[in-house]
Amino acid sequence: MTGKLKSGRMVVEGSYAVAHAAAMCRPDVISAYPITPQTHIVEDLSQFVADGAIDSKYINVESEFSALSALVGSSAAGARTYSATTSQGLALMHEVLFNAAGMRLPIVMTIVNRSMSAPINIWNDHQDSVAERDTGWIQLYIEDAQELVDTTVQAYLIGEDPDVSLPVMVCMDGFILSHVFEPVELLDQEKVDEFLPQFSPVRALDPENPESFGMFVDPEYYMDFRYLVEQAMDASRQKIADAARKFESAFGRYYGGLIDTYHTDGAEIILVAMGSLVGTLRDVVDDLREKGVSVGLLKIRAFRPFPIDEILKVVARAKVVVVLDKNISLGTGEGAVTTEIKAGLYDSGSDIRVPVMGFVVGLGGRDIPVGTVQRIVAKAKTVAESGVSGRSEFVDLKHLRV
Amino acid sequence: MTLPYAPIGKPGSSVANKTGGWRIFIPVFNAELCNGCGTCETFCPEGIVHKIEGGDTFIADYDYCKGCGICARECPKDAITMELEEK
Amino acid sequence: MKEIRIHGRGGQGSVTAAELLAIAAFEDGRHSQAFPAFGVERRGAPVMAFVRLSDRTIRLRSQVYNPDYVIVQDATLIEAVDVASGLKPDGMILVNTEHSSEDLALETEATVRTIDATRIALDIIGKPIMNTVMLGAFAGASGEVKAESIKHAVRDRFPGPVGEKNADAVQHAYDRMVKS
Ligand code: SF4
Ligand code: SF4
Repeated sequence: MTGKLKSGRMVVEGSYAVAHAAAMCRPDVISAYPITPQTHIVEDLSQFVADGAIDSKYINVESEFSALSALVGSSAAGARTYSATTSQGLALMHEVLFNAAGMRLPIVMTIVNRSMSAPINIWNDHQDSVAERDTGWIQLYIEDAQELVDTTVQAYLIGEDPDVSLPVMVCMDGFILSHVFEPVELLDQEKVDEFLPQFSPVRALDPENPESFGMFVDPEYYMDFRYLVEQAMDASRQKIADAARKFESAFGRYYGGLIDTYHTDGAEIILVAMGSLVGTLRDVVDDLREKGVSVGLLKIRAFRPFPIDEILKVVARAKVVVVLDKNISLGTGEGAVTTEIKAGLYDSGSDIRVPVMGFVVGLGGRDIPVGTVQRIVAKAKTVAESGVSGRSEFVDLKHLRV
Repeated sequence: MTLPYAPIGKPGSSVANKTGGWRIFIPVFNAELCNGCGTCETFCPEGIVHKIEGGDTFIADYDYCKGCGICARECPKDAITMELEEK
Repeated sequence: MKEIRIHGRGGQGSVTAAELLAIAAFEDGRHSQAFPAFGVERRGAPVMAFVRLSDRTIRLRSQVYNPDYVIVQDATLIEAVDVASGLKPDGMILVNTEHSSEDLALETEATVRTIDATRIALDIIGKPIMNTVMLGAFAGASGEVKAESIKHAVRDRFPGPVGEKNADAVQHAYDRMVKS
């Protein structure tokens, strides 16, 4: 080892922070294909490898499809693996995503959230990862650079748990978090080693005892294997919560388990969001609370598995739930988070009858200023009084009228 | 039966799967005509044509020969004939 | 919380300036956040970068609309971009120009300060790279960050003689603004 990584608390770029955190997890194999706005992460990691600062094997590939395929093979052989991608790159991995999850390989991948073409656009929304919600990957959405660092380490602990054995996406907002410079406590190698045990796969490829991974199964077995993935997803709920608490006792920082809440006790209006928007919403909640508005915030940290039980508990006594979706499930008129909360409310078996308002915001990098959120809350107030919500709407369209 | 946590199993082997039974026509190799060129070995999709031990002419492994007839068609010496196999 | 918007042209190191300012303010014991206005960077095209400074954790992620301070690295931008847009009336705009504040005739109630940063950069650094000079001037004119901290961040970022020259330029610009 010749090169040295930074350590301690300092102002670094979000991309450096996640590259550093991934390095601290000692991945055996890293493979990624550069794509904006993920490039700084893989540049930093390949620099670490070139400098001899980390012992990982860095596999150069010609596409994202190959990057993830290389990790599927490596992970099946028992290696701890890391990748990062975004947008079209993630879409190119689509087929391999199913394989990684179906083969139960705990790969960890940072998704630097970016919109999907067309029109081509390199800026942030959640369309890329939300579109992969059915692939069997755990999806964690994070709020700031520090949570990104800390959640990357937690992701290995969760995914590699033998009861889970599933791949994990850690989703960060492109540019907003990948290109921000802010204070971050970089993790100490010894402490990470203590927190994160070595990867011991349930089963691994072994030339002495040849086995076939991801083999062909006929209708006699296929459905049962899919059910096993769902069971593992279900098991991951507790593990995500446990990992967050274990991290707290080791490092003193906690961001919630499957969800986090902010001033939700007794709140009439509950805002729901994922990712960096949550930070802005905290400021808005503080501001409106001072003005006497009964508003709280529910952050969805795990979108997969979807934490419907936790959400229902929080919204049970609210007068209106306001979901801010940075994605649009075209043809439904609303974002996926809105749809899933509505679905969960309906079959909850309880008598929770709270109106849900969906707002599609911030697509393709459209900024979400405080004023936009305040206008949304003003609308929510009228719904809180009437108890009747309408269809979801696109917020802040500039060149079209709705 | 209990399933493993993931679709992992003993790899199958084509050695265990004797495909000779699929055959209707059987290639009969005539060593008199064979010049040992090896074309049949090259073309056999099953990879089961080989040189006779200690000799220069070729023969199929009938445990696996599916009777497709490619070897007979490709043989430049017409040394292979496809004959209806009695079962 | 104080919000700063930096205007420059692609290649003038506006994003680096934002980053160095965030690092320096953090060294002073404040929380900081720096980020580019997310554009496709081309050499010469107008670019923006933002900085937030606060005594508390900074959670806000939107762009900056009502800055307390504006830094303009290139006076020719004044014709192309509304550099004083949203600037708070009690704020300050700092422009790199050889002209006086009056000559600029900017439409703003805020304080206008000017510094000939390009000349200082040429004299001291030997290259027309004025981002670090502007940071020194900002420190002097605003008092939001210590000159020492800017110099430290600059030396850290550009080790060796380049960093030393830049640090000298920072100090020079700082002194100039404090005195005038
Ligand atoms: S192709 Fe015909 S001649 Fe050539 S080796 Fe085979 S049987 Fe003999
Ligand atoms: S008949 Fe077909 S399978 Fe059999 S030996 Fe000839 S080429 Fe091979």
